[in-house]
Amino acid sequence: MSNNISDITLSARNLKRRFGDHLVINDVSLELRRGEVLGLLGHNGAGKTTTMQMLTGCLSPNSGNIEICGISLLRQPELAKANLGYLPETPPLYRELSVNEFLNFTARLRGIRPPEIADVLAKAKRNCGLEAVGKKIIGTLSKGYQQRVGIAQAIIHDPAVIVLDEPTVGLDPAQIREVRTLIRELGDVHSVILSTHLLSEVESVCDRVEIMQQGRLIYSDTSEHMRQHENVSGFIVVLRNPPPLDLLEGIAGISHIEPLSASKFRVLHKPQDNPKSTLLSLAEQHGWQLEQLTPLQATLEDVYVRITSPETTTPPEESTQ
Amino acid sequence: MIRLLAQRELRSLFAMPSTWFILAILQFIFTWFFLNTLQAFLEVQPQLAQLANAPGVTTVVAVPLFNMVALLLMMLVPMFTMRLIAEERRNHSFALLLSAPLSIRHIVLGKFFGLLAFLVLLITGVPLMIYSLALGTHLDHGLILGNLLGLLLLTCSYVSLGMYVSSLTAHPVIAAIGALAVLVGLWLADAAAVADNSTWHTISPLNHFQNFNAGLFDSGDVIFFVLFSAVFLLLTMRRIGNNRVYG
Repeated sequence: MSNNISDITLSARNLKRRFGDHLVINDVSLELRRGEVLGLLGHNGAGKTTTMQMLTGCLSPNSGNIEICGISLLRQPELAKANLGYLPETPPLYRELSVNEFLNFTARLRGIRPPEIADVLAKAKRNCGLEAVGKKIIGTLSKGYQQRVGIAQAIIHDPAVIVLDEPTVGLDPAQIREVRTLIRELGDVHSVILSTHLLSEVESVCDRVEIMQQGRLIYSDTSEHMRQHENVSGFIVVLRNPPPLDLLEGIAGISHIEPLSASKFRVLHKPQDNPKSTLLSLAEQHGWQLEQLTPLQATLEDVYVRITSPETTTPPEESTQ
Repeated sequence: MIRLLAQRELRSLFAMPSTWFILAILQFIFTWFFLNTLQAFLEVQPQLAQLANAPGVTTVVAVPLFNMVALLLMMLVPMFTMRLIAEERRNHSFALLLSAPLSIRHIVLGKFFGLLAFLVLLITGVPLMIYSLALGTHLDHGLILGNLLGLLLLTCSYVSLGMYVSSLTAHPVIAAIGALAVLVGLWLADAAAVADNSTWHTISPLNHFQNFNAGLFDSGDVIFFVLFSAVFLLLTMRRIGNNRVYG
């Protein structure tokens, strides 16, 4: 049990924050373990950035408690922040400095001793693909490179907790893939919490998802589980030489079949009996020329929309029509 | 940590071409003013020599030069202090300092000493020029050192006030205009106040500098500058702390 507690790198309890009369964050509690990537998901204005600002000490909560590696952020901020790396929505850069100068400064700011700086700098630059631009002035770099410098400053001191606010915004697809790989690698050793409204990001890098809406966490689960939130049993089948529809409907186990085009059908069935093998053997016998068979899978997108839509009971098909 | 932040402030200043431009222009102005006053002194020197208690070269050349530097600093310091906090806010780089293992005290003092070091560098040319006269004549060291101390204290008070105004806004231009308005306002109010015991005289930094300028070392003036700077530094810290609370 004690082992478990030491594994928790970040814990926030009952955070509340108001701006004027407006309650922006309402009773948010989070926990993050070592080696875990947590995705904070939500619409614009759901309170993701405010939550992250509180977790990093840039904003004080009105009530609640935050601990980083067991140290209270509110009572011992300087000790707690030493275990923290933060990339805000806009990367915090001194545009007039060169990449090397800037990273050197941030490393020393986080208390890295001068003899170790060269190594740390080289490692961070290697991780973020910045080797070629070390001597360039940050202001002259493209947005993608500036974002990488932002990520580099957040990980340079090897912190236990890394907080990334929309880390892949403004990057091109190849860079997005690189950054995601990097986050995944970081997540194996450190704890990463990232906010995004890109569901594919959550699918590809996060172990766990917290969905935020109007300042509350309304759903929390592993991203695997989230996808199975609404179980859909069925597949899409393409037959180049299809038989009449009623013949297909007659196959045991098929509960509903819907033609999507002349040769493409959506087949729904009960979860317990899958008519896939029957269909396969029939297709072979009668020469239906099966071309494609893809299992239907609820994408995170469907699930997300369902969870965050006001009437959670309405299936997405109906609500979109 | 304070030193690290001060170094960063200096490095950023020197990375900008405008800094070098201002440095060059100011050196030109200082030198031009110095040479002009020196020439005027040389022209009237024969007449001065006939007076019983004639003013020396230090009084005629150095004192007006220091006075001019003090006035120029009033206009100049807001141009530099405006960037200290307002620009960090505008560029969103302040989050880097707020999420780093530093206290607000470190941030404020680091910025303060960084800019102070730069301004000291900016005016080093002035004593060097004056001491070049030591090659040919005898100088009043006490008066020069008193003026230098006064100038340093005056700069401290300007920087702390400018930084406080900068901490109030996210727009550097507003910070510059605001700080300039306060400094010029204090100066004008001081100059316009007729009564000897007017409060305007008491709260105007430039008025307290006049004593140093005249060669009068009054511990009251030193205490005023120290208090003035400390109050605005503390207000800046408070303001940044409130930022966390009020967003």
